[in-house]
Formats: sequence, C-alpha cells, structure tokens
Amino acid sequence: MTSEVTPELFASVPDQDGRFGRFGGKFVAETLMSALADLEQLYARLKDDAAFQREFDEDLAHYVGRPSPLYEASRLSDAIGGARILLKREDLNHTGAHKVNNTIGQALLAKYMGKKRVIAETGAGQHGVASATVAARLGLDCHVFMGEEDIRRQALNVYRMKLLGAQVVSVTSGSRTLKDAMNEAMRDWVTNVDDTFYIIGTVAGPHPYPMLVRDFQSVIGREARAQSLAQYGKLPDALVACVGGGSNAIGLFHPFLQDESVAMYGVEAGGKGLETGEHAAPLSVGSPGVLHGNRTYLMQDDDGQILETHSVSAGLDYPGVGPEHAWLKDIGRVQYVAANDDEALAAFHRLTRVEGIMPALETAHAMAHAEKLAASMTPDQHIVVNLSGRGDKDILTVAALDGIEV
Amino acid sequence: MSRLTQVFADLQSDKRRALIPYVVAGDPSPEGTVSLLHSLVDAGADILELGVPFSDPMSEGPVIQKGHERALGNGMSLQRVLGMVAEFRKDNDRTPIVMMGYANPIERFGYEAFAAASAEAGVDGLITVDLPPEEVDAIDGALKAVGLDNIFLISPTTPEPRVQKIVERARGFIYYVAVKGVTGSAQLDTDEVARSVSLIREKTALPIAVGFGIKDATSASAVAASADAVVVGSALIAEMEQKAHSAEDLEEIQIHGAAVQLLQSIRAGVDSSPS
Ligand SMILES: Cc1ncc(COP(=O)(O)O)c(C=O)c1O
Repeated sequence: MTSEVTPELFASVPDQDGRFGRFGGKFVAETLMSALADLEQLYARLKDDAAFQREFDEDLAHYVGRPSPLYEASRLSDAIGGARILLKREDLNHTGAHKVNNTIGQALLAKYMGKKRVIAETGAGQHGVASATVAARLGLDCHVFMGEEDIRRQALNVYRMKLLGAQVVSVTSGSRTLKDAMNEAMRDWVTNVDDTFYIIGTVAGPHPYPMLVRDFQSVIGREARAQSLAQYGKLPDALVACVGGGSNAIGLFHPFLQDESVAMYGVEAGGKGLETGEHAAPLSVGSPGVLHGNRTYLMQDDDGQILETHSVSAGLDYPGVGPEHAWLKDIGRVQYVAANDDEALAAFHRLTRVEGIMPALETAHAMAHAEKLAASMTPDQHIVVNLSGRGDKDILTVAALDGIEV
Repeated sequence: MSRLTQVFADLQSDKRRALIPYVVAGDPSPEGTVSLLHSLVDAGADILELGVPFSDPMSEGPVIQKGHERALGNGMSLQRVLGMVAEFRKDNDRTPIVMMGYANPIERFGYEAFAAASAEAGVDGLITVDLPPEEVDAIDGALKAVGLDNIFLISPTTPEPRVQKIVERARGFIYYVAVKGVTGSAQLDTDEVARSVSLIREKTALPIAVGFGIKDATSASAVAASADAVVVGSALIAEMEQKAHSAEDLEEIQIHGAAVQLLQSIRAGVDSSPS
C-alpha cells in the first residue's frame, strides 16, 4: 500500500462498503445482509446522537467505573532503567477487562433495536462475562458460544457467566477454540436473526462491527491521550497493546493515529515460537484471506484452509485479526511483533511481583514487549501499555504451567 | 448453450422439475466421490452440487460440517475437487456440476486461475456462500470471462429491491435459501417458499432452485409445486453417515447406496408434485 499517510486517511476508514484499504468488507451469507444493513443504519443515526452518547458515557462512568487510571509503573520502570512504563488500567473496569466498554455499547444498540436475545462468542471468557453482565443488567436472554478447549482452561469465567444467568454453549467443532465459537455464533445468528443481536467481542466480523467496536473501545485512547497531557504535559512516545482480534489495541491506538511522534506496537501471540508454526500471529507471519465476514491477515495453509492456532492465552488464540490492523500494518503506521508463551508468563510474574498488579495472560504479551522496548529507550521517554485485563481468570493456567497444583 | 441452460430447457419441455443432490467432495472418501456422482445421476439427479471442503463452513449445520471435516481429514483440497470434476466428465458430458463452497480457498487459488481451472475441468457454476453481491464482482467477472455461471442466493430476509438487483445480474439459475438458518436445520414453511418463489418469478425468467430444509419425498414434492429445482443435501449425507455406522466392513458402494435410495424416493416425490 503506497497511499500517503495523512491525518485525513485515518478518518476515512472504513469506507461505505466497510473497507480499510483492501481489507474488511461484508463476507457473509445473504441471510445476514439485511441484518447488517439494519445495524449499519441504526449506528449511523446513533453515532452522533447526543442522547445515545450521553447514555453510553454515563454507563461507562457509573457502571464500568471510567475513566480508568493511567498509572506509572515506577518500580518496574526503575528495574528496567529505560523508558517510563505507564499502564492504562483497563483491568480496573467492572468485570476486569476492556471488553465491557464494547458490550455496554452494543447492548445499547440491542436495546434501541428492541432485541430481546443476545449472543456472543468468547475465547478467554472475558467477552462472554462482559456480555452476560450487560444482559443481566438489561434483562436480556444471553447465550455465549465457547470452544470446548477454552471452557476447560477458563473454568472460572464459565462459572461467572452461569452465575450471571447466561447459557454457555460448548462448541465441539474444529479446533474447539475462539474461531469455532465465532462460527457457531454466526450459525445461531443466521437462524435467529429476527430477534437476536450478535455482540461481537472484537474488531473483527463483517462491517459495521470492526468500526463500531473500534468506536466503543476508543474511549481507552481518548482518556490515555488526555491523561498523558494532563499528568505529564506531553504525549507518550510509544503505545503497546496485545492483539487477539485487536479491540484493546485499536481502542488505545485509534485516537493517537494522527500523532506522528507516537510509535505503536501491536503484540501478537508467538506461542511456542514463530518458527514452530504453533502460534497465533497472523500479522507477523500470515497472509491475506477471508474469514468471519472480512478480508484480513489469516493463518492458513496453501489450500486456504484456516490453521489451528496455539497460545497460552485463550483470548489471543485466534487465526485472524481485525481488518483495520491489517490495513495499519500495510501502510506501516503500526508495527506488529510477537511475544511467545514463555515471555508472557515471565512478564506475568514480574508485573505481579514488582507492581502488585496481576495481568491477564493476554495482557502479559504486551508487557513482555513493553519491557524490551523500554530497555531500548531513555528515561525521559514514555510508553503507554494497555493493561487490558486482570489475571485472576488465569491463575489456574499459570499454576499448571509452573507445575503447581492449587 | 451451456449445460445448465440445456438441462433446464429439456426439463421444461418435459414439464419436469430438476433434482439437485449435494454431497461434499471427498466424503466419505476421495476415491469414491466420482462413482457416487455417477450413481446420483443414475438415481435421478439432473444437476450435481459438489461441496468444496472448508475448515470453517459457517453456513452449514452439524451434518454437513462433519462431511467437510471428514473430507479435509481425507486430504481434500480445491485442486483435488477440480480433479474429480474432470474425472467425472470423462463419462458424463451432460450433467451440470455446480460447486458450492466458501471464499477463502478460492481467494487463495486466485480468482482468475480458479475460473480457468474450473472451465477446463468441466464445472458449470459456482455458489460461494460468503460472497454476497457486494463482494462478488471479482469472481463473477472471472467466471463470466470463461463462460461459467455465478449462482446468486436469495434468502427469506432479502428485501424486495435487493431481489431485483440480484436477479438482474444472475445467470444459470437462482438459488432460494428456504429457511433462515444453516443447512439441515429448521422446519420448512412451504407456503412461505411458494410466496417467495412467485415473487422472484415476477422479476426473472431464470429457473429457481430451492434448497435448505428439504429432507424427503414429501417436502421435496411440496417444494417442487412452486420451484423449478429442488436441492437436497444434509438428508443424503445423514443417510450415508448412518449407514456407515450401522455395520463394520461395509463397502463404500453400500454407503453410497443409502443416499441413492433416498434420492430415488425424492425423485418420485418431485415427479408426483402437482404443477
Ligand atoms: C484481557 C484481554 N486482553 C486482550 C484480549 C484480546 O482481545 P482483543 O485483541 O480484541 O483486545 C482479550 C480477549 O479475550 C482479553 O480478555
């Protein structure tokens, strides 16, 4: 992609067909096309509607607990001796991750559309919990699709969803992880399209989802930008976020895209190492293709079959990535790198011991890269890391990896 | 005249409705697929719909999903599916074959390369579930250039103005998806189907096939009262699956036999339909 990178460029995507350059679009069965058109129309109307925005902002303030702090991890930064690391504390949100910013927004859309039933796919269970939470609050019937493998490794979140009144549907097809949960959610949506709202958990799926999830999550970057200016009188030098589907990353990055001085790093799951093939890093080593309603970078074989992925963190275990990231990679605005399982696990322990903050394993991938990056920078420079979620859900996984029986 | 046009013209002069079985290429085995296709023709198929296996068949219900999984487990690829069509064509140059699948394997193959290879192999049409009109231009153009038909889907949720736009660019035939749902699901509402088919018919002279939800002679007969063609897939695959599990050491031909038998009875249902 050689189109010139100008501020206007970032505001111009997606276009009316849902394209981010050659990525995005609406690759779904005909049955869903009118539901997507309805959603698009409703969102186009509500996006700039003052009453809708006020309702969204108030829910974020009083229910989610926003704004989330921008916290300087001093001991960690001192220990590294390079750039100062600032943590955008999405782990302090109600339900413990950034996911809720989006589910609050989409639940409002469901309410405006008069839908009584919501469905969601989930990997780590954070989006499932956030969906079950807003459904409980609005009295909506909620079904969460989750791969059998993820149900096993995220047992605590499964029980949380059930306590919240959601039905957790075990998905046993394919690799039994997030990608298959998304297939199954799409199948449910096709079947129940009249009364059901599909709350997609990341910036993937068909247009308009990548756009509206980005818009809802952009509260992260807007706050971080304002906090950085207020607390330090300047913008950060770099941003770091983990990338599964890419919603916490785009939420942090998007409000900074026009700030040329701010470097951005999206961190994919390197799994057992990019060279082993056992990872979930489509931007790092994948190729363009079509999955789950959009064109993006995918992990696929020569025949166009989607490959199974591996990551220690269920929330990053996905063979695709949001189309806007695919575009940001191509135009060179964001750099995408990978952190492997071991690096993430080490970063998990370090942040827990040095700062008393236990990050989600997804988030630990961002921390792993931020530490490396900080070491290559100077103490007058700032890195903002999206601390996308808390690690309580992962403690059994961490214990198992460390060979400890709880 | 294309094979598809020819078949529909012949049927119309005989006042008969087309029967279109769907099977997944490479299921239950790659070695058996071509002979299964010939058997289906002998059992009364007018057109064959050949599923191209994909790792993430988002519009399929559990029965066809498993067919895709088995086929991929058997090492199927798009290239091999095309090889099967070419093999079939050695003994049958008359029965049209429509491939049905998902966009990604075709993207990977390359649209133009795929169109050329399909024409060469003897494919007649293509249904790509996740390429709605908004996304279909590239493949549609490539297929048109080699004389193949892109088959468009219309569903119960397609608004009328959109139906108009779709039929304007359709070729071969129209595929009406009879249920909101995945393949093999839900109860068929034949009154709704009849209403929708007549609505589409007001807008186009192309033949209209109806698929999704047709399970047996009764439902096929009911649908054939309004449609020009009846598609049946999950029921055939379920029948073969059941047969395969019924005993050990079955010959594959015996498994095929289960589908053949069902198709014969559906043929009778279609032919007995009042029209
Ligand atoms: C805490 C946390 N961070 C990150 C992710 C990855 O998702 P995304 O890339 O959409 O932010 C998840 C997904 O479950 C998550 O739970």
